[in-house]
Amino acid sequence: MTEQSFTFDGRPVAFRSGQSLGAALTAAGVRSWRTTRADGRPRGLFCGIGVCFDCLLVVDGRPNERACLQPAAAGMQVESQEGTGHGHLEV
Amino acid sequence: MGTSRSDRVHDVVVVGAGPAGLAAAGRAAALGADVALVDGAAVPGGQYWRQPADDALAGSVASLHHGLARYRRLVERVRGIEAAGGWFPRHQVWTVTREEGTFVVLAITGTGAEEREVGIRGRRLVLAPGAYDRQVPFPGWDLPGVMTAGGVQALLKGHAVTAGRRVVVAGTGPFLLPVAAGLAESGATVAGVHEAASPLAWGRHIGAVVRNVAKLGEGAGYVRTLARHRVPVRTRSVVVAAHGEQVLERLTVARLAADGSVLPGSRTTVAADVLAVGWGFTPQLELPMALGCATRVDVDGSLVCTVDDQQRSSVEGVFVAGEACGIGGADLAVVEGEIAGAAAAGTPLTDRRLLRRRLALRRFAAAMHAAHPVPTGWIDRLTEDTVVCRCEEVTVGRLRSALPLGADDARSAKLLARPGMGWCQGRVCGYAVSCVMSAWTGVPPSPVSIAARSVASPLRLGTVAATEDPSSAAES
Amino acid sequence: MAEPGSDVVVVGAGIIGAACAFFGARAGLSITVLDRGSVGGGTTSRCEGNILVSDKGPGPELDLALASRSLWLDLAAEHGAERYELEEKGGLVVATSEAGLSSLRSFAAGQGTGGVIAEPVASERLRDHEPNLAAGLPGGAFYPQDMQVQPVLAAASLLAAARDLGARVVTGEEVTGALRGADGRITAVRTARTTYPTAAVVNAAGTWGAVVGERLGGTVPVLPRRGFILVTEPLPRVVRHKVYSADYVDNVASGDAGLETSAVVEGTRGGTVLIGASRERVGFDETLSVEVLRRLAAQAVRLFPFLAQVRLMRSYRGFRPYCPDHLPVIGSDRRVPGLLHACGHEGAGIGLAPATGRLVADLLTGAPPQLDPAAFDPMRFVLEDA
Ligand SMILES: Cc1cc2nc3c(=O)[nH]c(=O)nc-3n(C[C@H](O)[C@H](O)[C@H](O)COP(=O)(O)OP(=O)(O)OC[C@H]3O[C@@H](n4cnc5c(N)ncnc54)[C@H](O)[C@@H]3O)c2cc1C
Ligand SMILES: Cc1cc2nc3c(=O)[nH]c(=O)nc-3n(C[C@H](O)[C@H](O)[C@H](O)COP(=O)(O)OP(=O)(O)OC[C@H]3O[C@@H](n4cnc5c(N)ncnc54)[C@H](O)[C@@H]3O)c2cc1C
Ligand code: FES
Repeated sequence: MTEQSFTFDGRPVAFRSGQSLGAALTAAGVRSWRTTRADGRPRGLFCGIGVCFDCLLVVDGRPNERACLQPAAAGMQVESQEGTGHGHLEV
Repeated sequence: MGTSRSDRVHDVVVVGAGPAGLAAAGRAAALGADVALVDGAAVPGGQYWRQPADDALAGSVASLHHGLARYRRLVERVRGIEAAGGWFPRHQVWTVTREEGTFVVLAITGTGAEEREVGIRGRRLVLAPGAYDRQVPFPGWDLPGVMTAGGVQALLKGHAVTAGRRVVVAGTGPFLLPVAAGLAESGATVAGVHEAASPLAWGRHIGAVVRNVAKLGEGAGYVRTLARHRVPVRTRSVVVAAHGEQVLERLTVARLAADGSVLPGSRTTVAADVLAVGWGFTPQLELPMALGCATRVDVDGSLVCTVDDQQRSSVEGVFVAGEACGIGGADLAVVEGEIAGAAAAGTPLTDRRLLRRRLALRRFAAAMHAAHPVPTGWIDRLTEDTVVCRCEEVTVGRLRSALPLGADDARSAKLLARPGMGWCQGRVCGYAVSCVMSAWTGVPPSPVSIAARSVASPLRLGTVAATEDPSSAAES
Repeated sequence: MAEPGSDVVVVGAGIIGAACAFFGARAGLSITVLDRGSVGGGTTSRCEGNILVSDKGPGPELDLALASRSLWLDLAAEHGAERYELEEKGGLVVATSEAGLSSLRSFAAGQGTGGVIAEPVASERLRDHEPNLAAGLPGGAFYPQDMQVQPVLAAASLLAAARDLGARVVTGEEVTGALRGADGRITAVRTARTTYPTAAVVNAAGTWGAVVGERLGGTVPVLPRRGFILVTEPLPRVVRHKVYSADYVDNVASGDAGLETSAVVEGTRGGTVLIGASRERVGFDETLSVEVLRRLAAQAVRLFPFLAQVRLMRSYRGFRPYCPDHLPVIGSDRRVPGLLHACGHEGAGIGLAPATGRLVADLLTGAPPQLDPAAFDPMRFVLEDA
């Protein structure tokens, strides 16, 4: 079995091939990686199959990717997400 | 970003490679049809036979599966489709349109800058999109660590990950048992299974149960597993609140009276890092509804597609199979898939056995729904600050503020207080909002208004805009 | 069996019916509003909620729009802007070609005579107004008078205010006809369930105004003009004003039956960005047109390139109620004493609602109208036919 890793907020997180980012984070004991846009509440995996959009995070600079669907890949830079994930576009 | 559109017109395009879609595609191909099979996942199997996208990982979860031999036979039957370039994994369908007498299934594949749209054409369609967990809100359910029962199962079957170390499984329905058993077998501590229904509930439907002994056998196996791991299974028991600062730490559970209310003095607290909760399933009807397929309300209150005994929808050329025709489990999904696949290939099945089997399984499903209703008391246990719509963070209080403005159902509540307007488009909150509004106003719920979604899966505007012929996007 | 009587029955609880109910109740009339659906659930729930003067040239519609605009501001001052989510955000019209810019300039100059303020914006200044706009666009015009409300909330709040003044609102009640006295005057409105005695009826059934008019004895030529809106994922404030390309104005005024699209982009309180606008005459065809979505998306991305990476979350469509001459029908139907029409506001019903409501109240009470209603006279079609 191959052990590989991606980074989550700068820390390495190991995963097995075939796992999603959400699965690997869960296996590493990470429960939440997003805060909501109105109340700043923490969120993580909920439906696990791409339906609920609670588990959004930033993958290689792209916000709003679903952790439960996005396959983990070696070297990926994954970050937790605040609000809409598009803060830099605000005018 | 871009679009690719081939001129190939398949005889049959099957959307969904779960039990129903796999069976449909394989059967249609076996009857000589040129078939395309499309699924958002990387590997066929759907929810029931969810497989990791890697062989080594798949090996480590094989023991969790039931009927793997059958799964392999179904996959074997679609090999020819793959060889002929008709298998489209990781293709998420966002809508279906018509063009010159054919259906065009529009799917998204690739992420980020790689995202592109693929158009797959077919003369006939089999839609087998399955379902997702039905949820009802309760105080604290938005804490990380509270998950759907299906989601916990998907993590385990699809990724070989146990969602938590100490897990409580709750809600209603026979599906709670495999979830709890799988967790226990995989090393998690299952602190308890809380089934809201009464243990006697099935007694009234003994006929339907007897005709489906196999299903019962599967259930008995889970019960033995749970006993071996000393997992307490409580009936007429519900989780009434989740607690924790940033993540789930504790749950309050309570016993239910026959009327769905909590028995006084029955509340206790359980430590848990994960709650797996589910109240049955909701069919995904976006694609059939986009095509105008007729629907009806099933015994469990879900909107489902109306089909005839050949799985024909009300729309010429469109067949629907599996959970989208009514929640009934994987066995029924396979049977419906076989029937739909044959009919779509132009050779309707004459095998009465299969048709009888579908009837027996439908009866079993109806008995299951009758035995496992969502107990009504949940609405009374909502507090003003309980979140109802997770995406838009709409609380009970905010929803209530729409009443004096004239909101009387889920749709008008959505327009005035935003539940259902978020990323998930009301998939998670729709059922609950319609129940709450109906309880408050007395106006019966309208399941159609919460099931229709114009875009079945979000996609980048750049992808929508990109067309093969750039001149067609020119401004008028 | 009949319901309690009232001076006026308003058919339709959309933005127009709501405004008629409010101004009628304020004028001292007892009002009953009937809708077969819910409050604001018709075309009012299918639009963008703009209160625009920028897209109108001098003429009766602009006069109505300007009067309406100041009434919207009065309502916001009286009830609180929050009740309507009213925002004086202004509109930025952007030309996408040099030819488009010169026709925009001459259109804007003409508007000035009608009371519209238009400030020319040079190419290099466009991004001062909208930092996310594409570079290199030839120029545009800023219209500080353009505003936006949340249309369903606005309709609901107007109805709530009308209720505070004694009006009654009944939803889930489909109007099927009218009872008339020996002199032909309307005496009651019939619904599927019961009857509502009344001295006057206002047909504010929007896109269904023709059907309701016919049921009440006086038809009006209101037809549907379909439009799609694209809704993005939630975003921070990325677009400050209502931004649209200059060819929108031509489309609005066009009588063409074919598909017309032009980019209209704006943010909402909820965080989503709305992208319109298409116009086509296809009856009440409800099916999603992917072709329309593609064109709208492409045009929006051309104005705001960042949108290419933003997700489309949903789309919706509505049917604008239009009349052959693109003016609403507001006034008494002289074929049926007691019947008034207030429908056919096409793509501007939100903007035109308060002035329409006040005009209807004036006509009902016999007060001198504050605006010349001649251009909106329902009889203009009847007379042409004769
Ligand atoms: C999360 C979850 C886990 C479950 N686990 C179990 C279990 O362990 N045991 C059990 O007995 N039952 C389980 N179920 C119940 C399950 O619904 C049925 O047992 C069975 O899988 C239904 O078969 P189906 O073919 O109708 O649908 P599904 O198995 O749901 O298959 C539908 C397929 O369609 C695909 N699809 C849907 N929409 C699109 C689209 N727009 N574009 C492309 N592809 C699409 C999906 O990716 C999926 O592969 C689970 C349900 C859920 C929601
Ligand atoms: C895509 C799109 C974008 C738009 N954007 C804007 C914009 O930005 N700004 C703007 O000003 N306008 C806009 N419009 C136009 C605007 O939506 C309409 O002009 C306005 O909503 C019309 O309001 P109404 O009250 O006349 O009609 P509706 O809101 O449709 O109300 C009519 C009501 O009558 C009821 N009814 C019908 N028949 C019966 C019956 N027999 N009995 C009882 N009740 C009945 C219906 O249920 C309905 O609620 C847009 C329209 C579309 C389609
Ligand atoms: S939970 Fe309400 S829109 Fe997603």
